[in-house]
Amino acid sequence: MAWTRKFLRINLTSGSVAVEPLNMEWAQQYLGQRGLATKYFVSEVDPKVDPLSPDNKLIFTTGPLTGTMASTGGRYSVVTKGPLTGAIACSNSGGYFGAELKMAGWDMIILEGKSPRPVYLWIEDDKVELRDASHLWGKTVWETEETVKKQHQDPLVRVSSIGRAGENGVLYACIVNDLHRAAGRSGVGAVMGSKNLKAIAVRGTKGVGNIANPKEFMKVTFEKKKILKENAVTGAGLPTYGTQVLMNVINEIGAMPTRNHRDVQFEGARKISAEAMREKRPTDGKAQLVNNQACFGCTIACGRISKIDQNHFSVVNSPKYWGASGGLEYEAAWALGSANGVDDLEALQYANLLCNEDGMDPISFGATIGAVMELYEMGVLTKEQLGIEAPFGSAKALALLTEMTARGEGFGKDIGMGSARMCAKYGHPELSMTVKGQEFPAYDSRGIQGMGLTYATSNRGACHLRSYTVASEVLGIPVKTDPLTTDGKPALVKAFQDATAVFDSSGLCVFTSFAWGVADVQPQVQAACEGDWSLEKLNEMGERIWNLERQFNNAAGFTAKDDTLPPRLLTEPAKVGPAKGLVSGLDKMLPEYYELRGWDTEGRPTPETLTRLGL
Amino acid sequence: MQKSLHIDPNKCTHCLQCEMACSFENYGVFNNSKSRIKVFEFHHTGRKVPYTCTQCDEAWCMHACPVEAIKLDKNTGAKVVLEDVCVGCKVCTVACPFGTINYVADIGKVQKCDLCFGEPACAEACPTGAITFIDANWTGLDRMRQWAEKTDTAAA
Repeated sequence: MAWTRKFLRINLTSGSVAVEPLNMEWAQQYLGQRGLATKYFVSEVDPKVDPLSPDNKLIFTTGPLTGTMASTGGRYSVVTKGPLTGAIACSNSGGYFGAELKMAGWDMIILEGKSPRPVYLWIEDDKVELRDASHLWGKTVWETEETVKKQHQDPLVRVSSIGRAGENGVLYACIVNDLHRAAGRSGVGAVMGSKNLKAIAVRGTKGVGNIANPKEFMKVTFEKKKILKENAVTGAGLPTYGTQVLMNVINEIGAMPTRNHRDVQFEGARKISAEAMREKRPTDGKAQLVNNQACFGCTIACGRISKIDQNHFSVVNSPKYWGASGGLEYEAAWALGSANGVDDLEALQYANLLCNEDGMDPISFGATIGAVMELYEMGVLTKEQLGIEAPFGSAKALALLTEMTARGEGFGKDIGMGSARMCAKYGHPELSMTVKGQEFPAYDSRGIQGMGLTYATSNRGACHLRSYTVASEVLGIPVKTDPLTTDGKPALVKAFQDATAVFDSSGLCVFTSFAWGVADVQPQVQAACEGDWSLEKLNEMGERIWNLERQFNNAAGFTAKDDTLPPRLLTEPAKVGPAKGLVSGLDKMLPEYYELRGWDTEGRPTPETLTRLGL
Repeated sequence: MQKSLHIDPNKCTHCLQCEMACSFENYGVFNNSKSRIKVFEFHHTGRKVPYTCTQCDEAWCMHACPVEAIKLDKNTGAKVVLEDVCVGCKVCTVACPFGTINYVADIGKVQKCDLCFGEPACAEACPTGAITFIDANWTGLDRMRQWAEKTDTAAA
């Protein structure tokens, strides 16, 4: 079975806690996590709902393989309507919280309404209660975790919480668990804050049993772990260098968005790369990188644990940042670094620590700083407004603006709106590097053409984790395609989108897909879950989930016009590198993509498509 | 040949596969809270350390037990809890200097690592070689090899 077959429904307005059986008919169609929670969400929530109103719901959800020995089987997702985008949001996190929730006996938690006062949800197996969180409100994620563990006298409690960013309504606030793992994107933390829910703390001692075919499950998960170990990316590149292995690679192919996408190569990339993290610093003779760390059940272990340079200006008077902590990952290093032209590795780690400490998505935050710096250089924003001179490349400005945003001070409030709203407020909406209000991640769509279509059609706004065609276009996984052409990319994007939805619904990490296809996930799901889980069924399920999300967004008011990119990427050619002279060829890909999807020219699934997918 | 669990914390990533393997082997369920091996994460330093019973020769737990519920498994050298004899008095948990024998409230008995009677599931599950099951007389062999490799004979 693998599912616990029950979930919690918490009404924050009334303070009630209810246990409901999992809809197993839906579980057979949507598996779990992203798919199943989306099915619940769209069935219960009006697509027009104001994301920060009590009528929005917030779902914490695990997959059937969460909390098992399948490699990377520790994931959970948060599904809601995102305040940054107004679209469906589904943010996935690792760490240890998801497995703990499952081991307490719960597949999912649906949170509704709004608590009249700050509360946290305490789960100790079957004992579930809302508790006063007035002593936690105003505290950081790190303080919250520490306080809750002390309060319950149990270091094994796992906590998922918001920091001050989520409380203050930073529109890209994330939900952080285990100090530095996050359901990061689309502002799920702001929704949690709007509900006066500070944290969910879980201690699960029941474990995950009820595996449909335990012997087969142990055999097949062992075989699949071997594939991860023998693969060059999951067995060597990621554990050794982390996601930061990409910094120099992406820069060399001219797809490194730099200075708010003005440029596609960053002259300082080498200084903020994985290689730089391993080099001894002249100041203290130590490397920033301490070692790597795995999330629950993960045999890849891409996570970075680092120590910042105590002599760096940002922390010289703040010993609390001197210990080992998470970072830098590639996306954060890019967004805080290249996107702003900052090549000070220690400053990036400082900003990254603050993002973890107070719960902000470093991608959206860093990319918004890129827009701030461009507006500053244009003279639209001034030193008086910002409190500091903020030209591209200023590590001091990055550090100060991160502090101000995390704490909701001064111009930090404007930065907390995200680049779309901030740029519009200051008269330059065209400078916001976003799709559907969400900032781009670390791949320029002029240098990797498939990513342009990926971003334009992503159901949660610009995102690399909805179809990571970088795998094919740059790394040659599963087959090498030319990053500079649009040929074949619509089919590639569709295939990646559907497959990713399967990974995201299983409890496994999408990073396994560097080595695994859906065909490798399938036997693990089949051994764990009752019912027939053929490859065809899983592939169709991925497509069904994609269309379900799309339907919600269409009903929320999104149209084909929103499947686009900022004018800079469509009209300003790359200045250097292999993509020199190219803009994004989105117009060449989008119509073919709609056709492949079985959507009309307005981007709406046709009745035939919906019937075929059982929607 | 007697073998023993050998732990190299520098290789540990805190993935907890060993804890799940232990609970699955002994209880048929993935349940870290039932694991007899625990992995500790020292966040401030970034260290991760798996820890379990070292199977002391003169085992404090065995000597402390008033009902002789802890016996030596001659094949493996493990000190094994006989569940049908254990009365759950917990004296062994007080006697053990390392904390590696613990009470299980569900069953009213204590539990400790029994080396899975010669095929430890934790070592098999460890993806990085942080936990291995090797010749008890030569747990230092790998470290010796590392130093041997560094030996500079050119200067002599």
